[in-house]
Order: sequence, then C-alpha cells, then structure tokens
Amino acid sequence: MTKHVGVIPELDGRGLKEADMGMITLARQKDTHLFALVLDGSDETLKEKLSSYGVSTLVDIRLAGDLQHNPEVRAKAVIGAVKKFGISAVFGLSTARGKDLLPRIAALLESPLVMDCFNVDLEANIAETSRYSGKTLAKIKVTGPVPIFGIRPNAKEPVREPVSAKIIQFDAGAIASTQLRVVKTGETGKGSKISLAEAEIIISGGRGMKNGENFTQLFQCAEKLNAAVGASRVAVDSGWVPYALQVGQTGEKVSPKVYIACGISGSIQHFAGMKTSGMVIAINLDTAAPIMSNCDYYAVADALEVVPELTKLLEKSACVT
Amino acid sequence: MKLFVCVKHVPDSAAHIAIIDHIRIDENISFLLNPYDEHALTEAVRIREMNPGSEVIAVCLGKADAEKTLRSAMAMGADRGILIKTDKRHDSIETALALKTAIEQDGSPALIFTGKESIDDQGMQTLFRLGALFDFPAATNVVRLDIVSGKAVTDTEFSGGVVSTYEMSLPCVIGAGKRLNTPKYPTVRDVMRSRKSPIQAFEFSDLNMETPKARMEVIELIPYIQKRQPKEITGSPSEIAQKIVEILKNEAKVL
Ligand SMILES: Cc1cc2nc3c(=O)[nH]c(=O)nc-3n(C[C@H](O)[C@H](O)[C@H](O)COP(=O)(O)OP(=O)(O)OC[C@H]3O[C@@H](n4cnc5c(N)ncnc54)[C@H](O)[C@@H]3O)c2cc1C
Ligand SMILES: Nc1ncnc2c1ncn2[C@@H]1O[C@H](COP(=O)(O)O)[C@@H](O)[C@H]1O
Repeated sequence: MTKHVGVIPELDGRGLKEADMGMITLARQKDTHLFALVLDGSDETLKEKLSSYGVSTLVDIRLAGDLQHNPEVRAKAVIGAVKKFGISAVFGLSTARGKDLLPRIAALLESPLVMDCFNVDLEANIAETSRYSGKTLAKIKVTGPVPIFGIRPNAKEPVREPVSAKIIQFDAGAIASTQLRVVKTGETGKGSKISLAEAEIIISGGRGMKNGENFTQLFQCAEKLNAAVGASRVAVDSGWVPYALQVGQTGEKVSPKVYIACGISGSIQHFAGMKTSGMVIAINLDTAAPIMSNCDYYAVADALEVVPELTKLLEKSACVT
Repeated sequence: MKLFVCVKHVPDSAAHIAIIDHIRIDENISFLLNPYDEHALTEAVRIREMNPGSEVIAVCLGKADAEKTLRSAMAMGADRGILIKTDKRHDSIETALALKTAIEQDGSPALIFTGKESIDDQGMQTLFRLGALFDFPAATNVVRLDIVSGKAVTDTEFSGGVVSTYEMSLPCVIGAGKRLNTPKYPTVRDVMRSRKSPIQAFEFSDLNMETPKARMEVIELIPYIQKRQPKEITGSPSEIAQKIVEILKNEAKVL
C-alpha cells in the first residue's frame, strides 16, 4: 500500500535549500507518495523544484498572516494537514527551526520522534541517529502513530527523480494561540550569514587563532569559499566570536562536505559536533594534536599564515572565472 | 512559587563509551548533571531570588546512583530533590510522563525548567512533551528569560544569530540554552550544605502509570568508527594553500 509521507521544507528567501532536497531524497522510499507541507507560501517555481525531487503533491498551507511565525500555530497547522491527507510519517530538518517545530508536532500528536537522523527505513520504522555526545550511532525503532524524523542537514546527497505534481491549498483554519505569542524576530547582527548547520564548507578556528581580530581572516576566507565560520569552545569562551558559532557537543552539530579546522586540537567534545563531516582538513602547529591523526588532510603549519594565503588564491581564481 | 527543574544523570562527555551486547553501554564510568540542566538550574535559582518564598525542586528519573546528580543540583542551589528510581532506560515519551506525574504529585508548578537537550539521548523533545502533557506553552534553546506582568518573555536563539522573542503565559516550560547564564560552581560549603538537603525517592512503578502507546526503542548501538586516513600537505604556507584549493576543487568538488 502506498504510504503518504509528509516532508516539511524549510524555505529561506531563495526558496528550497540543498538540505531540503537531501531530506526529501531520504523520505522518498518504496511505495511512498510525497506531500510537501509548505508553510511559507508556494508558487509554480517551488512546485517544479519539489516535483523534480519526487514530491507529487504540494500542500500549500494557508495561515493567518500574523500567525505565520508562531511555532505553536505552525505545529497545529501541520497536524491539520497530516490528518486531512492521511499522512503516516513526517520528515523535516534537524536545524534550529526544526528543533522548535518538529518536537511540538510530536508532542501534540503523541508520536514518536527521532531528531538528528542520518538515515530512516520507513518499512522497518527504524531511524539512525547519534547518541552519547556523538560517540555512538544508534538504531531506533519507532512504534506508534505518525512517526516524525528530523534529518541532519547534508546527511544525504540530493538525488533528482522528477514526477508530475499538483498544488492543493489547505486552509489551516482559525488556530487559537493563546499561550504563546511571537513578540518579534530579529538578527543580533552577530554570526555569519550562512547557517552553520547547513553550510557545505565550514572553516573553524580555535585557540590557535590567538584573538578575536585574527578571526577576521577566517571571515574573509569564508566569504570567498562561500563557507560558514565555526569555532571551538575556547574561541567562544574567550569572547572572540559569539556562541552561535560554537561547534561541538554543547554547540552546533554539523555535517558539511568539508570542515577546515584552524588551530583546533580536536577534543572529544569538539569532534562530537563535526565528526560526520565529509572531509576534514586540519591546520595545526602540533603534529601530536588529536585532530592530526583523525582527519583526511593535515598541514603542520601556522594557521595565521596559511589562511590569508588561501584567501588570496581564492580571490585570484574568482577574477579568472 | 514552585519552580521545578528536570535534571538528568548522564555519562560524562569525556568518558569513554564502551558498548555491551550491541545495545547498552558500560555504565561503569562517571556520570554527572547534564550540562544544559546546569543552566536550567541556575536560572531557576535566579528566579527564586527575585520571588521570596519560592522553592526550587530538582526532579530526576534515573538509577539509584542519580542521587549524586540531585546532590549536585542542590549544591548549585536547589532546595530539595525528587528521585524517581528506575533500572530501565525510558524513552522521552515515558520520561515526560513520569516527570509530569511526579511534579503533579508534589504540587502545581509555576515554571518548569529543563535543558534544551540531554547529551546522552540527544532527544531534544522532553520539554515539549512535558508542555503538551500539562498543556503549558514551551520554548527551547532559551537564552534570555524575564518574568513580566505574569508572563514569561523569552528569547530563543536560532542559527545565524537570529533570535525570536516569545511571550508565554504561566506556567510554562523553559528549555535552557547555553547562553542563558553562566553557572557558578559550588563551593565546599555549598556541597556540605547540600548533603543535608532532603531527597524524596520512590520507585518508577509507584507512579502507577499506563505504558504509552508510542515508543522509541534503541535496538542497536554501534561505536562511531573513525575511518579517516590522514595525508600530509607539506610546503610553504602559500604552497599549502595552493594544495588545499586543489583538494577542494578536484576531490571535494565544492569549488
Ligand atoms: C561539558 C563540556 C562540553 C564541551 N563542549 C565543547 C564544544 O561544544 N565544542 C568545543 O570545541 N569544545 C567543547 N569543550 C571543550 C573541549 O574540551 C576543549 O577544551 C576545546 O575544544 C579546545 O579548544 P581548542 O581546540 O580551540 O583549544 P586547544 O585544545 O588549546 O587547541 C589549540 C590548538 O591550536 C594549535 N595552535 C596554536 N597556535 C597555532 C597556530 N598559530 N596555527 C595553527 N595551530 C595552532 C595548538 O597546537 C593546539 O592543538 C567542552 C568541554 C566540556 C567539559
Ligand atoms: N530522565 C530524566 N530525568 C530528568 N530530566 C530529564 C530526563 N530526561 C530528560 N530530561 C530533561 O529534558 C531535557 C531534554 O532532554 P532530551 O529530550 O532527552 O534531549 C534534559 O535537559 C532534562 O532537563
């Protein structure tokens, strides 16, 4: 029997993100009919894009304008669509927004939920995630109505599979939100523009960067690389960069394609946040630093000398193309 | 006001995790108070100081040894503790139900504090499940809390430095993020005093709860194997940079 599977894309200003496409690819399994549950407005372009990854039905969820950003209202609207379209499993992203939305849906539906999944087998209802500060992988068997899976961004390479699709409007109706009100949403002005959890490349600095000013080197290089800047806890605790940039067990968990660690020793707690990266490149003065024996490439060098050279080279190659 | 703080007894993040029978870990390692719960506790103590007559109660579902975590919580300022003893590992659905039942037996909460995440299960959901069971609003990764005219005003931090300010009716559930405050580590005197603070302990089965229908069950634990084989990049800083660019282009294909 065909399973109705809901996917919740997290749209930003530019539409569908790379991480959304990976998540949808993971949700597309044997005998599934994919419904995209879209909360942030849909159009033909979005439909085209979603359908090229196997989404057959785009459910355009209509919410009262001023309640658009209320996570409680969003959760209830998704639940409305889940019931209306007979959806039996929901996939979303384990991003900061996902962490504020998916557990709300699971709690209200009394559904099982696994966050930060690398893989999901819908037939067996088994999700793979990490446990114990990332030191082990765990297979979790879920039982109960409408299991929900938060997928780690970049856990799966997007693969296209075009289908024909239709848009259905779904009016979520009047959802009361008496308990939680969104006062405002804004940027603190700190942090890089590209979200750490979703970046393809992360260039991170640790104690070896020596001070906050030297982090400018990383920001400049990141701009040329289209990368996000990360940091170790030492760099954050020293006040060089805001906490939002911390990678690790008590910071962000990331899986970029490439992680470049500059002046980071590679403590257990730092690894907990970046060990699932595709490629790890370490620049460190000390050959004996743990990260040097647990990476793909290492250079025994001064990060403060290599990073500016890297930026220079990237500037040059940008001029050529 | 009764301020409840849910504290979890978790393996030390620096401890070596050894897997037994592919399904559980060797618990013969040091356990401590979940790091995010330290922030939850610190905030509850701060709210208590501003509201004379209030009480901070730490609640834990865990093995008998979790008493240590409750003692740490009391050394950090909790007035007393509640320990729901169990030898089993419960999923977040059952955990939330047990915490709710125990809290309710103790009295009506004005606020419930939790961490945004436990570092062992990394479930990221117990707070929302508690909220739904009580029908209280909840917020996660809270980095600021103010109580203003009978409401909780919180900042939740998202990636890229984006912050949303929520206003919630009381009672509510606050999932503490790391930037909420800076925990103060207890002095020897705090530790001595906490030894005398009361802990009410009872068995999980004493809660007489129905088993929830939905379940999340660990069926296999696999050590995270590091497969990386490091290769050295040599040369002057500019040669190293050149080689990195080539690797990014040709091997990682991200440029
Ligand atoms: C409960 C708990 C949670 C934690 N959570 C986290 C977390 O989420 N994230 C995290 O990162 N840490 C976390 N930590 C801290 C962690 O244990 C380490 O202390 C921290 O990661 C070390 O940061 P670092 O690598 O920048 O500094 P160090 O370990 O001091 O390493 C600095 C490295 O830089 C190298 N170096 C120095 N100068 C240069 C230079 N000019 N060029 C190149 N290399 C240079 C040195 O050789 C050294 O290897 C946590 C700790 C605890 C107890
Ligand atoms: N067994 C437990 N006992 C007490 N509090 C818990 C327990 N499990 C989870 N919590 C609380 O719920 C938060 C989130 O946990 P989790 O949903 O597992 O990530 C933790 O930071 C604790 O505050």
